[in-house]
Amino acid sequence: MRPHRNHRAYWAFLGHRLSGLALALFLPFHFLALGLALEAAALDRFLAWTDLGMVKLAEWGLVVLLALHLFFGLRLLVLELRPWPGGDARLGWIVPGLAAALVIGGVFLIGAF
Amino acid sequence: MSDAASDAANKGGELTVRVWRGAEVGAFATYLVPARANQTVLDVVTEIQRYHAPDLAYRFACRVGVCGSCAMTVNGVPRWTCRTHVSRVAKAGALTVEPLRNLPRIRDLACDMAPFFDKWKAAGGRFEGGATRADLPAAVDPASPKRRAADAGIECINCAVCHAACDVVAWDAEYLGPAALLRAWTLVNDERHLARRATLDRAMGPGGCASCHTQGSCMAHCPVGLSPTEGIAGLKRMSLAAMFLGDR
Repeated sequence: MRPHRNHRAYWAFLGHRLSGLALALFLPFHFLALGLALEAAALDRFLAWTDLGMVKLAEWGLVVLLALHLFFGLRLLVLELRPWPGGDARLGWIVPGLAAALVIGGVFLIGAF
Repeated sequence: MSDAASDAANKGGELTVRVWRGAEVGAFATYLVPARANQTVLDVVTEIQRYHAPDLAYRFACRVGVCGSCAMTVNGVPRWTCRTHVSRVAKAGALTVEPLRNLPRIRDLACDMAPFFDKWKAAGGRFEGGATRADLPAAVDPASPKRRAADAGIECINCAVCHAACDVVAWDAEYLGPAALLRAWTLVNDERHLARRATLDRAMGPGGCASCHTQGSCMAHCPVGLSPTEGIAGLKRMSLAAMFLGDR
């Protein structure tokens, strides 16, 4: 990280942007999986594959990315659509947003295993 | 204060200073200067020019954080050098000083500020009033929300630190940049400014507020503590309102 970028708002920008890119890359595979529903046997094979531990772990990554994108995106919407009382850039929302995303990931893991 | 820099300052040790020499093409030259207590980065650059490299080009005027002309990149971060104490930024007694990012380099530490001011003008940054000498001064309520919004950006001294800190300026040549857009925000909130709609149109146009990615580097590094990001967010809200509700 170059020194001029090493501050909380930039980390939040990176978190939001990179999670968004990763989710966009995943989206075609998501649609591909949905398309398997047209053929019941193929869908069953796919669903059995998703029960593998490593796939569940990857799914945990997706859940965390989705939650992170949601919380950092909400911060951006508030920043851009609402006034900034006392110049508050809602920097205090960044770490709790990350923590909430990890908690949601944890809840998913508890349910998955 | 880093421990090493603190020790050097107290013991009268030396600072190792890497300074950019050349223009777009160039290289770092290394100078050893005495470490002193209460020494600013501008003091160090001046010492290098006086005792080591008389041909070193750099820019400064007031030395007290008023004129905004001595901004440079210090250890990778854009800063006012006159208000930056060495003890605050030196790492293990070492400093790296370069010209500001995102502006053409003229020579050594001096960069060409023309593109910065061109963008300032392109954002509609020129105040257009309608009063004459015969008119009484405008009665502006200092507590009104618009005036308070304008006041938040009025202290900008155009040092270009925010312009150098912004990645969008580096990525998008058309982007007007945080200082120019903060100026536009100040003017659209100034009830005496007659070209308010023209200024808003420019701020909404190509390279305007919609190009900002809210990375916040401008507000993180502004030496005056201003928040161009907040002004740009205000412009985004205002342009959204203008688009859907009509100009108000």
